[in-house]
Amino acid sequence: MANGSGILVIGEMADGQPASTTLEALAAGLTLLGSLPGEALLVVLAAESTASAAQTAIAHGASTVYTINDASLGDPAPEAIVAAAEEAVRQASPRIVLGGKTLLGRDVMPRLAFRLRTALAQDCTSVAIDDAKRLLATRPTYGGNAIATIVCTSDIAVAALRPKSIDAGEPDAARTGNVVPLTVDLAAAVRVRPIERVEQTSEGVRLEDARVVVSGGRGLGGPEAFDQLDELAKLLGGAVGASRAACDAGWVPSSYQVGLTGKTVTPELYIAIGISGASQHMAGCSNARNIVAINKDAGANIFKDARFGVTGDWQKVLPAFMEQLHELLG
Amino acid sequence: MTLKIVVTAKQVIDPETPMSAFGIEANAVRVPANQAPVINGFDEQAIEAALLLKEASGDAHITIVTVGSGFALDVIKKPLAMGADDLILVDDPAFDNAIDPTITVAALAAVIRKIGDVNIVLAGRQASDWDNAQVPIGVAETLGWPVATVAKKVDINGNTVRVERVLPDGHEVVEADLPAVVTVSNELGTPRYPNMRGIMAARRVQPTTWTAADLGLDIAATQPAFELVSLTKPESSVQVEMIEGADDEEAGRKLAQRLRDERII
Repeated sequence: MANGSGILVIGEMADGQPASTTLEALAAGLTLLGSLPGEALLVVLAAESTASAAQTAIAHGASTVYTINDASLGDPAPEAIVAAAEEAVRQASPRIVLGGKTLLGRDVMPRLAFRLRTALAQDCTSVAIDDAKRLLATRPTYGGNAIATIVCTSDIAVAALRPKSIDAGEPDAARTGNVVPLTVDLAAAVRVRPIERVEQTSEGVRLEDARVVVSGGRGLGGPEAFDQLDELAKLLGGAVGASRAACDAGWVPSSYQVGLTGKTVTPELYIAIGISGASQHMAGCSNARNIVAINKDAGANIFKDARFGVTGDWQKVLPAFMEQLHELLG
Repeated sequence: MTLKIVVTAKQVIDPETPMSAFGIEANAVRVPANQAPVINGFDEQAIEAALLLKEASGDAHITIVTVGSGFALDVIKKPLAMGADDLILVDDPAFDNAIDPTITVAALAAVIRKIGDVNIVLAGRQASDWDNAQVPIGVAETLGWPVATVAKKVDINGNTVRVERVLPDGHEVVEADLPAVVTVSNELGTPRYPNMRGIMAARRVQPTTWTAADLGLDIAATQPAFELVSLTKPESSVQVEMIEGADDEEAGRKLAQRLRDERII
């Protein structure tokens, strides 16, 4: 695998098109190529059908699209994508492999890295190339208490990018590229067999899409408080979230969890009530445009990342806040 | 037949350490000396999953394996106090390079091979220091075993493991043949606290200590995946505007007005 050339993006699909994280990885790849003259940007797409997605990937800068089309790839098993990616790596012999730290990517990228006899540069917020043409990856660590830059020293570098860290580029229909279909025995690759999927339906706005998120933490003291958070979220057309502590206490379902191991939200307004702001939580909401914190502890970490803060008892602050909102919003 | 369970556990800096106590010196994280390390939280949930499997099977043996150096014995013995049967420490300064998972993976895979006939490896979904979420997956790849991640429930039926995996809005049930690796998430539930009998029993257990050489590992010959270039403190980009009032109610009303003035709502 030594002396590889080019950058291979492990694509992911959403509604028949490359997912936003795949477009972000393509954009990151194009930028890296600026330091790798003469090398190419490649992508592998595995889905039921990839014809339209392949053209989109080309418009986003891929000069070769490896495709694997199979009826089983509608809701792909991670192992199937690993097998597809491994075959694309064999064909392309890239220097660098990029993917997204998505739900699927969390399973696919580490497996792929170890199958390629290296490890994964995980959760990267930016990537660059050093003088020796090695991949430099920057990422938060120690729950966001430190920022690490690492250099990938193995023959092939594999990195997963944190979603929404890098802007997806604009498509350019004038770009051209070729499509190379691959054949992979997907059925043989899947050893973790899916049995059933149970969806938890939730009413109202999806947490991930909400313009306003009202989140509660341990400081609320119990599940009843979330009724008031619900009311505030409804008033602002938003959704309710929670810290891991509130979920672990059983006050709200785990689908409410915002944070490093929960959901990542990027609303215009994030109202954190009774949340101390441990970095593990902030990893899920720090890209919110405006963070508002209500906490009784003036020294709480949350105030370091907040734009507006109130030190006080939420049971007194919140009703007055909501009453005033009612008046202002008519 | 006895179900042989291995749980991998890692000693980490307590993630509850206040941000202000985190220092960085010479590209390494430093915390005050009185700040005791802990077992990675998700690893405690993996231990809980193992104990539940042991209770369900009636005939199981749980070995805790940890790789590192500079162990705090009273901390690292906690899984024994919770009910695990024995503890293997792979204690070697070579494992100080916490940023390279390839070495940890090689060591854990070697231990699991050396123990022999292991049916299932349980591990926390990720460790709270680097949050890489890849060592257990790497171990599975190295051993050629299937791996199911982020479990909230683990059951074994004959030669099959059935796992409920946490999804953002629900869960997925998957099955795999043993031997397999399963990573465990906090949704499994709160790990049990050691009771006095467990603590006394743990005191009498002498951990088995192996070095890299005992495992036949030549770390110098292992190609590292990464080297650390720099470790720095993040900068906060926002300056908080504290809203004050004569009382909490007034502060709440002023906050609403302020958000309106800024056209945020």
